[in-house]
Amino acid sequence: MTSRLTLVLSTLIALVVIPTFAASSSLTVPKTVEAGNRFSISSSGSGQATLYIIGLGQVLKKEVPLGSVTEFPAGTLYNAGQYLVVLAGSESADGAEFDVVPSSKLADLRFIAKPSRLPVDQPDAITGTVYLFDAYQNLVTSPAQLRFELTSPSGALETRVVDSLNGAASVRMDSTSKQGAARFVAQVDGLSATRIVGQVPGDPCGLTMSASHLAQQVELQTEPVRDCKGNDVPDGTIITFTESYNGTQSTVDVPLKHGVAKVALRAHAGATISVASGVVLGNQIRLEK
Amino acid sequence: MTKGGMLASILGATTVVLIVVGTLWPVPSAVAYAGGGNLFSSSSTPETAVQNIGIALRTQSWDKAYTSFANKGQFTEQQFMRDVMGGYPSLRTYATLDHFEVFPLHANDGDAEVRLKLYWSTVVGTSMSVRDLHVVKNGNHWDAEWPFVKEAVVPPQVIPVNYLRWDIIYPGPGDDWGTAGVEAPHVRILDMHPVERASGVFILGELLNEDVVPAYVSVSATLLSKSQVPMATEGSFDKISHVLLPKQVTPFLIDFPNISLSGVGGVRMTPFTTLVPASADPIIELDNEHLNPAPGASLTGQLINQSGRVVNVAHVLGTFYDNAGQVVWVADQYVDYALLPQVPVQFEIHIPEDLAGKISSQRTVVASYTEGGFL
Repeated sequence: MTSRLTLVLSTLIALVVIPTFAASSSLTVPKTVEAGNRFSISSSGSGQATLYIIGLGQVLKKEVPLGSVTEFPAGTLYNAGQYLVVLAGSESADGAEFDVVPSSKLADLRFIAKPSRLPVDQPDAITGTVYLFDAYQNLVTSPAQLRFELTSPSGALETRVVDSLNGAASVRMDSTSKQGAARFVAQVDGLSATRIVGQVPGDPCGLTMSASHLAQQVELQTEPVRDCKGNDVPDGTIITFTESYNGTQSTVDVPLKHGVAKVALRAHAGATISVASGVVLGNQIRLEK
Repeated sequence: MTKGGMLASILGATTVVLIVVGTLWPVPSAVAYAGGGNLFSSSSTPETAVQNIGIALRTQSWDKAYTSFANKGQFTEQQFMRDVMGGYPSLRTYATLDHFEVFPLHANDGDAEVRLKLYWSTVVGTSMSVRDLHVVKNGNHWDAEWPFVKEAVVPPQVIPVNYLRWDIIYPGPGDDWGTAGVEAPHVRILDMHPVERASGVFILGELLNEDVVPAYVSVSATLLSKSQVPMATEGSFDKISHVLLPKQVTPFLIDFPNISLSGVGGVRMTPFTTLVPASADPIIELDNEHLNPAPGASLTGQLINQSGRVVNVAHVLGTFYDNAGQVVWVADQYVDYALLPQVPVQFEIHIPEDLAGKISSQRTVVASYTEGGFL
C-alpha cells in the first residue's frame, strides 16, 4: 500500500511540479548508486530548498541550501530501483532521476531444492534453484558462478557448475542408486546453503515368499524385500497375501516389519497363495491337496 | 386485505384447525411416543408378537422387549442390550432403529418362525440386520424367543504391538523462505473408466500410494462435455479408503447422478494427497471371501482383527473385476459392530444383479477407525 502511495505521489510530482519549474533551477545527481553506498547531490543557485528523493518503498525529505553539495551517508538508500529527485525552492524547482543498483557483493542465497523425497536412480529428477541477494535483499543480477554438489549416502559426489542469469541459477541432478539422505549443497563466493533430499527405495523387486505349515495354519513369510537396486524397502510398506481356494479367497494386507512381512492364514488343501505389493506381483505357492 | 395478508390468515387458521384435530383425535403412535398411550398390540399372532419386539427396539423399551421373550432365562437384559447395540463403541452404539419389517417364514398351531428385518439409522447411512425368531404359543398369546448371540469375550491379556507409526513435523512459521518442506505423498491412478447406469454416470478406478510414507487421499472428477466444457464435478466422498499406507491400493467410485454418458466428452481426474500421521496397526484379515451369484448377488466374508486393539468402525470396500481384469464395480459396507481381536465378524457387500454375471474376481480392502487412534 505504501509503495503504491509513493508511486502515485512521485508520478504526480513528476507530472505537475517538474514541468512547471524545470527551467528555473539546476540539480546534479549520480547516474547510479550502489545499494547502501554513500552518495551526494549538488544544486546551483542560492537560498533554501526542500529536496525530495522518492523511490519504491522509501521517501527522503531534506532541507538543503541551494548551491551546495548534499551528502548522504552509507545505508541511506538500499532498495534497488529507480528514484526520483525533486528540489523545490520558494521560487524555483528542478527534478532528476537516478538508479539504485544491487550491491556487487553477494550476501545471501536462497536455495530451493525439489523434491524433498524421491525414488533412487531417477535421472534429472532433482531440481535445485538458487536466487542471489545482496545484504539488503536486492536480487543481484550480475552474473555469478555457482557450484552445486549432491553427495549421495554412499559418499559419491555429483557436481555441476552453473552461471547465474538475472539473479537465478538452476540445475538438475540425478538421484543416486543408494537410498538415504543425500546432501544437496549450493555454493557461491563463500556462501553456501544445504538441503537434504531423501532418496527412497523404488518398487519391490523379486518379491518372494515361503510357506510353512503350522497345525491348521500356513505361515507365510517373505524374503527380505528389496528394490531392484538392492535397497531395503522400508518398514510399513504393505505386502498383500491372497489365498484362493474353491472359489473363495482370504486376503490380508501386512506391513513390512524388520524388512519382512509374515502372516498366518488358515490352510486349505489345494489353495493357491500369492503375494504382491502395490502393482508388483511376487511368487505363488500351491498347497498340497 | 392484500393477497399476502389473506394467505397468512388462511395458513394461520389451517394451523389452528390442525392443532385442534391432532389434540382431539391423535393417531395412536403419536400418543404412545408422547407417553400417553400404548403402541403395543396384543400378541395374538406370531407376527404381532415379533412386531411388538420391533416396536420395543425402536422405542428402546429394553425392559418391555426383554420381559416378552419366552427364552429370557437364557440371558439377562444387559446381555440382550449388548447383543443388539454392541458391547464396545461402534456404529450401532450411536444408531437408532428407523423402521422394521416382519415376514412370517412358517407356522403351525404351536410354534412359528418369523423374520425380523431391522433398519438402523447410523451416522454413515442405513444399516440393515436380520434376526429369525422362533415364536411359541403360550395359552392365548404368542411369545417370541430372542435368537441371542453371546458376545465374544476376549480374555484379559497384554498384546505387544510394535508396528510402525508415522508422525510429521511440518515447516514452522520461522523457517527460511525456500526451506524444503515435506513432500506430499506420490499417488498414482492405476485404473479409471466411466460406467453408465440408470441413475447416472459412475467413475470407477483404483489409486495406489507409490510412496514410502502414508497418504491421506481423495479423488475428484470433472465431466467435460463434447466441447470440453466442464459439466459437473464430484468427489469420491466415502467410496474410497482415505488413508493409504505405502504401496497400498484403494478403489474409488464417484457418482454423477442424472447425467448421461452420451453427453460426456472427457473426464478430468484430480487426485488429492497429503501427508498424514498414521499407524500400520491394526491389521485386519479378510477371510472366506466369496462371490455369491444372483439372485441376491453379494460378496460375503469375515473380518478378523489380528491386532490387540478393538477396531470400532470397519469400512469394507470391494473392487469387482471382469474377465479382462477391468474394474466393473466398486461397492462398500460399514460393519456395525466393533472388531474384537481375533473374533471373526461377518460382512456382506451387495452387488447389482445386472453386473453379477460380469464379475469374475474381486479385491477387498478394509479401512478402520479406532477410538483414540488414527484412521
